[in-house]
Amino acid sequence: MRSSVMKRRGPRAAGVVLAVSSLFLAAACGDDEPSTGSNGDGDGALTEIGEFEGQVSILAWPAYVEDGSNDPKVDWVSAFEDETGCQVTSKVYGTSDEALNLAKSGEYDVIAASGDLSLRLIAAGEADPVNTDLFENYDGVYDFLKDTEWNSVDGVNYGAPHGYGANLLMYNADVMDEPTSWDVVFDADKMAANKGKVTAYDSPIYIADAALYLMKHNPELNITNPYSLDEEQLDAAIELLKTQREYIGEYWSDFLKQAQAFTTGDSVVGTTWQVTANVINKKNIKVTLPEEGATGWNDTWMLSSQAENPNCAYAWMDYIMSPEANALATEYFGEAPNSDAACALTVNKDHCEIFHAGDEEFIQQIWPWRTPIKECLDGRTDVECTDYSQWTQAWTEMKG
Amino acid sequence: MVAAARRAARSVSSVLSRFSWLRLGLLLTAPLAWLIAIYVVALAALLLTALWQVDSFTGNIDRGALTFDNIKNVLTTPLYRTVAFRTLGVAALVTVIDVAIALPIAFFMAKVAPPRWRRILLIAVLTPLWASYLVKAFAWRATLSQGGLFEWLGTPFGIESPGYGLTAVIITQAYIWLPFVILPIFAGLERVPDSLMEASSDLGAGPMRTLRHVVLPVLFPAIIAGAIFSFSLTLGDYITVNIVGGANQMLGNLVYVNQGAANNLPLAAAIALIPIAIMIVFLAAVRRTGALDNL
Amino acid sequence: MILSANVKRLLAGLTVLILVLIYLPLILVVFNSFNTNQTMTWPPDGLTFDWWERAWNSQGARDAVMTSVRVAAMSTVVALVLGTLLAMALQRFDFFGKSSVNLLVILPIALPGIVTGIALHNAFKGILNLDLTLMTVVIAHSTFCIVTVFNNVQARLRRMGGNLEEASADLGAGLWTTFRLVSFPQLRSALLAGGLLAFALSFDEIIVTTFTAGSGVTTLPIWILNNMFRPAQAPVVNVVAVVMILLSIIPIWIAQRLSGDTEGAR
Repeated sequence: MRSSVMKRRGPRAAGVVLAVSSLFLAAACGDDEPSTGSNGDGDGALTEIGEFEGQVSILAWPAYVEDGSNDPKVDWVSAFEDETGCQVTSKVYGTSDEALNLAKSGEYDVIAASGDLSLRLIAAGEADPVNTDLFENYDGVYDFLKDTEWNSVDGVNYGAPHGYGANLLMYNADVMDEPTSWDVVFDADKMAANKGKVTAYDSPIYIADAALYLMKHNPELNITNPYSLDEEQLDAAIELLKTQREYIGEYWSDFLKQAQAFTTGDSVVGTTWQVTANVINKKNIKVTLPEEGATGWNDTWMLSSQAENPNCAYAWMDYIMSPEANALATEYFGEAPNSDAACALTVNKDHCEIFHAGDEEFIQQIWPWRTPIKECLDGRTDVECTDYSQWTQAWTEMKG
Repeated sequence: MVAAARRAARSVSSVLSRFSWLRLGLLLTAPLAWLIAIYVVALAALLLTALWQVDSFTGNIDRGALTFDNIKNVLTTPLYRTVAFRTLGVAALVTVIDVAIALPIAFFMAKVAPPRWRRILLIAVLTPLWASYLVKAFAWRATLSQGGLFEWLGTPFGIESPGYGLTAVIITQAYIWLPFVILPIFAGLERVPDSLMEASSDLGAGPMRTLRHVVLPVLFPAIIAGAIFSFSLTLGDYITVNIVGGANQMLGNLVYVNQGAANNLPLAAAIALIPIAIMIVFLAAVRRTGALDNL
Repeated sequence: MILSANVKRLLAGLTVLILVLIYLPLILVVFNSFNTNQTMTWPPDGLTFDWWERAWNSQGARDAVMTSVRVAAMSTVVALVLGTLLAMALQRFDFFGKSSVNLLVILPIALPGIVTGIALHNAFKGILNLDLTLMTVVIAHSTFCIVTVFNNVQARLRRMGGNLEEASADLGAGLWTTFRLVSFPQLRSALLAGGLLAFALSFDEIIVTTFTAGSGVTTLPIWILNNMFRPAQAPVVNVVAVVMILLSIIPIWIAQRLSGDTEGAR
């Protein structure tokens, strides 16, 4: 077959390309329907639990859905699977931002959401209302965790309370004495000895930690709520973070990556969760709650509006709220359980005291994660506060 | 029955033989349709997305309004310029290092080693390709960490591990893409006839001169082909940066964070325009050298 | 060109050094698969077969390998077909837009993976509203595997020339018969080389895969990514890696033998 020069196919080919492309682009420009709930309209939560579907897909913080694959002794999923026949598949996320993105894919039935995620899920139409009458274990839960500002909107409840905790400060006792203040990660003089080994949480929500520090150390900025920052206050927080940036070795969003870094000694000080210290399990790696207080979280199990297995989803939410399961899960993670009954079942009898379970005041002090919005959360009306997209932009620019 | 089928096949054959554009059309339709429908349209849609905006609270894309805000943002905010130059620098450095390492080993494999060894050497170079990219990156994380292999080897000489950072990224990327660079250069060197080099030395040129004036010009497209790989693969990489990069960000990370955690696909698409533009310029520039045939 | 013995020795030495540097991290991986310490510090604390045992029993790892094999196999088949068609079209014909088509074939592999990944993700989920399944991964992988087959076949076609095929036509063979009995046997080894490279590319691909695989599809790289930092699983990851390296030597060796000379290997 000799190569031959032949008639121009150009115009014909171009025409085909144009036709196909315009078809697809037309589809792309078409209206995108917002995700509708599997239960139909937004108002109607399930009225009764139907037959279990045989599987349930859960999106949660690490160490919330343990089935023994990480540590054979840590398993509260198998009992659930045996009891209900709902096989559990789970996906772990590192930050609330990741979770929102994953939730939108519609592949999960139940989502464990912290306070900064729950309202965003509801606003985006990703979460369905939850009928708490269908739960057996709801009554026993602490009252101050029910129908709160982060898990209900206009009297409509959206989830099952799980627990709450604070972001702690982890440090390597071989390298430094027990710190009493967050200045070991925010003050240049204090960080100098650990240059390149400081770590921080890799999410824009960490700006609130900087704001909390400024709240206590720079009262002239008049910060009353670390999630309610006007432009000037946000700039100050970013300046503080830029100072910190010079001493940072790694930011972490995967708690196991942080665990590894502390174990090898590549990180020696920084914010963390209790569960990280538990996983590291070395005598010289300790955690502490500094004097300024801390940011924290309160978690709720929510029902995805795109859930394909709502009945198994309800079954999971009920199960994980039960004192037995809740005690196991919250003790493993290192947070306060959701009920007195759960407290009675923890292995370490001091667990609830250490984590301030049932302590409504404590939850106020720890500034749990909230999504910053333009309307100032502290009630100021004379200024406009910065919202989360501004925080995200500022955070990316700060990292450089 | 069979005879009829055969007759039909023959007539199809003769028709096709007469009209070459028909043959060409049949050959091209399937692959071209695939590439256009799947790849070109997807790319076009992505670029279109760069012109949309995202609602800040719900995170849903507002498809109604077209705006150049994202692109303006990317072009004016100093952050993107800094990261783009940083990424370009890292990619260029990785490419230079890889080519520098690949040249001697490829030359040895193609021209100096006895033929029996050539196959073994080639297998030796190809085998690491099958070790997972992730495992290699993680192995470097372990190597460069405190108490890792680098420190263990370097302490007697007083050399400290660079730790996690841009240096680590450059080392790891250069390591991972090395086989991709060696292979085209090796293939290119094989195509340089020995007789050419012999003729050159017969005419009085020393080895260095032969290399510079005879071998290198012929080899150039192959070197560029290898460079395309290491450059393009480093340009968009975010996983290695996450594993050994410490607190640094490269273009790939910005795109990844924006399309994922920051939930701003339009901005991610706008940022993605940077590496696309860079690669298209690069490819257009090297098209003339014939490097694209050596991939 | 006549190289002095010293230069030859120098080159040989450099080659050995480079090969040592290439294999050092891999040897580290092998050691760490026996390391009792899960964080892989050096030197290893102690040696154990625990991880090998756990890997052997790991259902997750096995499933991941099988999924990867399936995806890679299907992608390779598609890439072989499409790549060969394209190579024949571009090598045997001249037409308007030929160099653009050439560029188009290379684009999926020349543009950074993350661009291809988010473009395809956006196309599948955002526009076509498809669920992400095994097939979406196969579609994505096929697209960037086409180029490896294309290049190998094109190089072989260039060397083959058209003479044998013309002779076959002169002798009265139809197009398909010519392809079947004359072209294909000569192309076989190029197809094998290209196919093997396509398989390797698809098998180890992570970036595009994370964007096109739904939550139900776990290829080996995704499994590794999920388990890399888990203290209990990271050493298992090392074991799996070592096994894959060892297993891969066989097909590479076979491909090298069958391809005769090594031209066109990328």
